[in-house]
Amino acid sequence: MSELLSVQGLETQFRTREGIVHAVNGVSFGLKEGETLGIVGESGCGKSVTVMSMLRLIPSPPGKVSAGKALFQGKDLLKMSDDEIRHIRGSQISMVFQDPMTSFNPVLTIGRQVSEPLEVHMGMNRKQADDRVVEMLTKVGIPNPRDRLNDYPHQFSGGMRQRVMIAMALVCTPQVLIADEPTTALDVTIQAQIVELAKRIRDDLGMAIIWITHDLGVIAGLADRLAVMYGGYIIETAPIRDVYAHPSHPYTLGLLGSLPRMDESGQRRLVSIDGLPPVLLEKPNFCPFAPRCKYVVERCWKENPPLMQISPDHTAACWVNPETGRER
Amino acid sequence: MAANEVLLNVVDLVKHFPIMKGVLIQKQVGAVHAVDGVSFDIVKGETLGLVGESGCGKSTTGRAILQLHRPTSGSVFYEGKDLVKLKGETLRKTRRRMQMIFQDPYASLNPRMTVGQIITEPMLIHDMTTQKDTQGHAERLLKLVGLNPAYTSRYPHEFSGGQRQRIGIARALALEPALIVCDEPISALDVSIQAQVVNLLEDLQAKLGLTYLFIAHDLSMVRHISDRVAVMYLGIIVELTTRDELYSHALHPYTQALLSAVPIPDPAIEANRKRIILTGDVPSPVNPPSGCRFRTRCPIAAEICKQKKPEFREVTPGHWVACHMV
Ligand SMILES: Nc1ncnc2c1ncn2[C@@H]1O[C@H](COP(=O)(O)OP(=O)(O)OP(=O)(O)O)[C@@H](O)[C@H]1O
Ligand SMILES: Nc1ncnc2c1ncn2[C@@H]1O[C@H](COP(=O)(O)OP(=O)(O)OP(=O)(O)O)[C@@H](O)[C@H]1O
Ligand code: SF4
Ligand code: SF4
Ligand SMILES: [Mg+2]
Ligand SMILES: [Mg+2]
Repeated sequence: MSELLSVQGLETQFRTREGIVHAVNGVSFGLKEGETLGIVGESGCGKSVTVMSMLRLIPSPPGKVSAGKALFQGKDLLKMSDDEIRHIRGSQISMVFQDPMTSFNPVLTIGRQVSEPLEVHMGMNRKQADDRVVEMLTKVGIPNPRDRLNDYPHQFSGGMRQRVMIAMALVCTPQVLIADEPTTALDVTIQAQIVELAKRIRDDLGMAIIWITHDLGVIAGLADRLAVMYGGYIIETAPIRDVYAHPSHPYTLGLLGSLPRMDESGQRRLVSIDGLPPVLLEKPNFCPFAPRCKYVVERCWKENPPLMQISPDHTAACWVNPETGRER
Repeated sequence: MAANEVLLNVVDLVKHFPIMKGVLIQKQVGAVHAVDGVSFDIVKGETLGLVGESGCGKSTTGRAILQLHRPTSGSVFYEGKDLVKLKGETLRKTRRRMQMIFQDPYASLNPRMTVGQIITEPMLIHDMTTQKDTQGHAERLLKLVGLNPAYTSRYPHEFSGGQRQRIGIARALALEPALIVCDEPISALDVSIQAQVVNLLEDLQAKLGLTYLFIAHDLSMVRHISDRVAVMYLGIIVELTTRDELYSHALHPYTQALLSAVPIPDPAIEANRKRIILTGDVPSPVNPPSGCRFRTRCPIAAEICKQKKPEFREVTPGHWVACHMV
């Protein structure tokens, strides 16, 4: 598999009343063809800003992408003309958002909205576009799709809107689908429907996926690789099974310990992570997790650890090996 | 659980919200069948989990128990008294022993009051303290929920979500309740903070002998915290049993699907899991399906399910279920 997307040293800040918010502080990751990358982390850690920066969707002001590259098939998305990036967003990299209601226009029919990218980017006529839309709506499991082309967004349930949103993202057969918490607002049975749908479509169309979530359960069954974010940094990346079997950053370890599991016998006390996530008003010159970390050593307060290779395919940003409790 | 003493007994509780139409003369044209005949007991000192999908009537059940929504019909017995029949001062006094904590720790605290005032206001209303003693009570309660007692003069916006939820818990504890209805108390919190609040609720239960009705849609968390679990679907309880029985021998097809939909944070297990994927969406509570309410999505529905409402019955001791096929 070759590298489809390569993000290097991405940095984004926002100017706010309280000061400069350092939302993303030098994030790097790659995405191979057909691969599913999960990005997990708590609210405010920079997951959305990372992908929005990459796609040039950060409102400026107050935001500014101040450093980094985002190479898509070798070309830097951050340096393209507005027309080029718009074309890529419309046809090659698509996005699905958490709240489908905010991404639909309430006064346009679903048929019009889903077919728009086909007419704009693929030069199809109305009839061709409608046929393609019906095909995609069928794929995402909307019953009687032809009858529903003239319905408005509010006439669909939350789960159905999310499926239509996915259909809209897929009409042009993009190479990359970016899904930003697409199931967070949905019930578990509907969430399971959407995850199954994403897997089926990925296997059918062979596209790469970036799936953003704070749910370590959902992503376990879906991703090939995982990147864990904390305070604007990626703090651990590895193939999905390695992350769960050998979490190598104290934060990842803490997150996994704080989750109750359905397959556990008995009732153990949950391991909680004390303290609070960081405010991002300063770029720390120490480890951002240090104030909450059980493994903290002197060095953690002196130097912010970079992502370090700890085994061939596994990186972690931590001075300590949490398995032994000793410095690496 | 000492001698299984029943603290609360809910009998055939119904709450319909009328749908009105008309400009000059309002006429009732229908009703949202939010809660449509639920019965259960809560035993002293236990945690009863109440789960189900959005809109199935969990919050309405909690509120109807506390008489924050007056039930359409049915009874709620607390210490032998039917709250539905009580009014005014007697209701207010009885209800003091039952408190509620809410999902949204932002909306449920008055932004213009200090944390000390927020926590002790209900005590003043119920004449449980005097103005000069409030400071001491506020500090004691903050300590009880793991917050710095020096925070009494701060305002809600100066706290994080998890800390605000602790303040909400302190306010509920101020009235020395026996029962706390926890309505999704952790859903709005970050993952790493959820465990802090759940551990706190468990510690307080052990220390103060509290009884909880724990409303949530996260089945892993409900399994973690509950002694028994009730599963709701479209206004009714479809299954009710002990935690271990429910998670190992679920009998109702809806419970089975719900459990199978919950992801397990372990890629090795997820890779080989078979899921029951329910088709379609939950029907509208304005016109719930005839017979069994789950029949429009049930993978094993038969003709009888359309004709006849399945009875909620005890199939093995302590295991209640409403399904014709069980
Ligand atoms: N338009 C904006 N103006 C100011 N700050 C912003 C803006 N957008 C994002 N931020 C800040 O950037 C940081 C990262 O935000 P981001 O939306 O990427 O978080 P996230 O990881 O996606 O969180 P969530 O899980 O809540 O969606 C946050 O501290 C946020 O407050
Ligand atoms: N005050 C009200 N007036 C009219 N309908 C209401 C009112 N409160 C709730 N409902 C309706 O009653 C039904 C049950 O709502 P309820 O809030 O009890 O569900 P829930 O199980 O708590 O859902 P959630 O998980 O989303 O909180 C829903 O259809 C809801 O729209
Ligand atoms: S570098 Fe130090 S403080 Fe940071 S996570 Fe590792 S041990 Fe903890
Ligand atoms: S009564 Fe019929 S429709 Fe209802 S859950 Fe049982 S089998 Fe399914
Ligand atoms: Mg986000
Ligand atoms: Mg509710």
